[in-house]
Amino acid sequence: MENDMTSLQVSAARRPITMKVFLRRKSTVAFLLALPLIVLVTTLVIYPALFSMYLATLNKSMERFVGLDNFTFLFKRETFWMVVKQSCIFAVTAVVFKAAIGFMLAHFVHTIPAKGQRKWRGMLLIPWVIPPAMSTLGWFWLFDPTYSALNWIFVRIGMDPVNWLGDPFWARFSVILVNVWYGAPFFLIMYLAALKSVPEQLFEAASIDGANWWQKIWYITLPMMRNIISITVLFSLIVTFSNFDIVRILTAGGPVDQTHVFATWAFNLGIQGNDIPLGASVSLFMLPILGIAAIFILRGVNKRGNEA
Amino acid sequence: MSQHSIAANSNVAPVQRSMQRSRRWALLWSYFFLVLFAIFFLMPPIYMLITSLKDSGEVSAVTNPWWVNRPTFDNYLALFRSSDYLTFFRNSCVIAVIVVVVTMLISIPAAFSLSRMKFWGSTTLATGVFLTYLVPDTLLFIPLFKIFAFINQTTGIELINHWWALIIIYPTLTVPFATWILIAYFASIPKELDEAALIDGAGYFQMLTKIFIPVAIPGIIAAMIFAFTVAWSQFLYPLAFTTSADQLVLPVGIVTTLIKGDVYNWGQIMAGALLGAAPPLVIYAFLMDYYIAGLTAGATKG
Repeated sequence: MENDMTSLQVSAARRPITMKVFLRRKSTVAFLLALPLIVLVTTLVIYPALFSMYLATLNKSMERFVGLDNFTFLFKRETFWMVVKQSCIFAVTAVVFKAAIGFMLAHFVHTIPAKGQRKWRGMLLIPWVIPPAMSTLGWFWLFDPTYSALNWIFVRIGMDPVNWLGDPFWARFSVILVNVWYGAPFFLIMYLAALKSVPEQLFEAASIDGANWWQKIWYITLPMMRNIISITVLFSLIVTFSNFDIVRILTAGGPVDQTHVFATWAFNLGIQGNDIPLGASVSLFMLPILGIAAIFILRGVNKRGNEA
Repeated sequence: MSQHSIAANSNVAPVQRSMQRSRRWALLWSYFFLVLFAIFFLMPPIYMLITSLKDSGEVSAVTNPWWVNRPTFDNYLALFRSSDYLTFFRNSCVIAVIVVVVTMLISIPAAFSLSRMKFWGSTTLATGVFLTYLVPDTLLFIPLFKIFAFINQTTGIELINHWWALIIIYPTLTVPFATWILIAYFASIPKELDEAALIDGAGYFQMLTKIFIPVAIPGIIAAMIFAFTVAWSQFLYPLAFTTSADQLVLPVGIVTTLIKGDVYNWGQIMAGALLGAAPPLVIYAFLMDYYIAGLTAGATKG
């Protein structure tokens, strides 16, 4: 402390002008350091997002302004409403299961002795680490109509083989299953980290008062983890709603467009079908969920700002 | 205080015994479900490994699919000899490494500036950075496709179907989150450190290189791992923007070229997919704590 004081006095005495210039330049330097980030975000995220809205108002050859014609065209198509429905079913079901499985598993990992926890956690996170395009190929092979290894097990235990990707219901089930498989470990890690921060004394006190495990979860764990649960669910809703890899590789939207979500349908229309404005219009339907998330996050940021 | 503990001591034995019993049950159930889910979680990668060790005759045989009768490494050897696969691998590696470097070059100064040196609008910018992280690639690929075409028309620079063009757009996926992680790490460094440096006459550049980067190394490693994994597994952009075999990256290469028509060579596809998953898995195996730190930093600190 004394050393600090003396060095402060010495340096202040030695170069008072440089110090002042330094402080005056501070905000300029700060701006320059952040400039690459600002340029990147504006040219490659914000500009394309706005450009996408403009594209959506053009006709197929992108020569004429057609206003909202693309949207009215979409609203009249049955496939569009099917995609809306499937996107919502896909995202909501997958997120609910991911969160529930993640929450359960976090509890189980937290229950076992501390020295084994690392091993289990490491093993259970593997689906999240494998690039989804690669692991989905593995699932695709597990679902193969003739050589399905899952059906082999099913037949062995006396069940009927399932037409995984050929039947509309099972195809929808499969894409959700793979998404849950890929995403649940992420929730597990998040909730485990949050569980670790819940004071152990709370659980001990509750046990002594005779609370059963359900009461402990309902009255201690859930309230303590409310923030992290809402944040992870929100993130996951956005990511799942805009999912592309799994549906694309597993079913490519089939059978007969039954499993298309916004992203895969937009790809089919825009890139493969060469109708960029229509594809852009479809992808814009991912914006509302993004807007809702933005509002929640901004509110959270402000709240934290006030607390700090 | 002492009175309380005496009162508690009198009936501690039965409570403790029942707690022990319920603890044993909790343990039993925990292990049961953990094993169940471990089987579910590890089933696809293990089945991929099993298939990758089979020759094409055994893949289509009607024997037990979960067992290998004649294990062979031919599928792996064939991939190492296939120039296509090596090209995909090289493209993926070069892209991922450059993207990590670019991400760090942009994120570290930006996070330093946003966490320490306030300027007009810096708080808004920090929140904005996080929001851009949420803008999905599936919203941007169509306008980017059109922008690339426009750039080609006006300047003659062709960005479609060139693997290096991916280096320009991948940072949009990595930079916002990496910056966000680093802001949290930099903010946790005590202010006294940079004050001391300032007093000793260090410039901002020295402050960054001599104090912030060394102290925040764990955060930087976590951000680098994140950037690498994202760049390595990205599927949509290369699928939309590259088509010829010598320009593809691994995920797209395996999906589009190894699967030719109806003649699926599944042993080789699975070997290719496993090798493609290897780099992130190896990084994860050796740097698990950093990996998890990067994963949780986003939500716990934001």
